[in-house]
Amino acid sequence: MKIFLFNIILALIWTAVTGTFSFGNFLIGLVLSYAVLIVVGPAIDKSGYTRRVWKAVTLFLFFLKELFLSSVRVAIDVMRPGFRMQSGVVDIPLDVTSDLEITLLANMISLTPGTLSLEVSDDRKELFIHAMYIDEGVDHVRNSIKQGMEKHIMEVTR
Amino acid sequence: MLEIIAGILLITGGFFVLVAAVGILRLPDILMRMHASTKAGTLGAGLILLAVAFLYAEIGIISRALATIAFILMTAPVAAHAIGRAAYHHGITFWKGTIVDDLKDYYEKTRQTRRGSEKVSEED
Repeated sequence: MKIFLFNIILALIWTAVTGTFSFGNFLIGLVLSYAVLIVVGPAIDKSGYTRRVWKAVTLFLFFLKELFLSSVRVAIDVMRPGFRMQSGVVDIPLDVTSDLEITLLANMISLTPGTLSLEVSDDRKELFIHAMYIDEGVDHVRNSIKQGMEKHIMEVTR
Repeated sequence: MLEIIAGILLITGGFFVLVAAVGILRLPDILMRMHASTKAGTLGAGLILLAVAFLYAEIGIISRALATIAFILMTAPVAAHAIGRAAYHHGITFWKGTIVDDLKDYYEKTRQTRRGSEKVSEED
C-alpha cells in the first residue's frame, strides 16, 4: 500500500516537472514511475508490488468478463418463456481468511449475476451463496468459485 | 466514431436495465429477483455512464462517471446481500426449482449456540 502511494506521488512529480497537469500526462507519469519501481522495487519493497499490480488488473478483467457473461445468461433466462434453471443455497469452504479478502470475494460473488452471497459462518470458514444455476451439480458451482474468483483474489492479496 | 461507441453502449446498457425490470416481474422467488435487479441493473447503469463518458470526453465528466461506476460497484452488492439475508431470515418460501439449502442445515446446527448468545445479550 505504501509503495502504491509512492507510485502516485512519483506520477504527480512527473506532471509537476513536465508542467502539463492533464489526465493523460498523469497516466504517462504512472507508467514511468511503475517502470522505475520495477527497477528499484526489490530494494525497498518486500511485498511484490509490481507483480501484484498485474494480478489486480487480471482480477479486474476477469471480473468484467464474468459480469458480462453471466449477465447475458441471466438475460436469456429472463426473456425465455418457462424456467429451466435450478436454484439453491450452497456452502463454499473458504481458503481466504482476512476481512478484506472475504469482503472482496463476497462482494464479487454478489455482483456476478447467478450468485448472491447470503451469510458467512461464525468461524469464517464457510460462505453461503444463493446460486441460480446448479443444474451441473453443487460441486461444479463450488469449483468454479474456488478455481476462479477465490484463486484470483488470493494471487492479488498474497 | 465516439458517437457510435456511445450509441452501442447506451443500447446495451438500456437492454440490461430492461432485463433487470422484466426479471423483477417474472422470476419466481425473491432471491432470484435480487439476481436480476442488482446485477443486470449494475451492468446497465455502468454501461450507460460509460457511454456518457465517451460521448462528452471531458476530464470532469469522465472522472465523475468513473467515480459513480466505482461507487455503484461498491454499494450494490452490499445492499443485495443485506436484502437477501433479511429475506432469508424472514422465512421466504423458495420456488419449486430449489434443490439444495445448505444454509438451513447450518442454522439448525448452530441454533443452540445462537439461542445461548441471544439470551446472554438479553440479560445485559
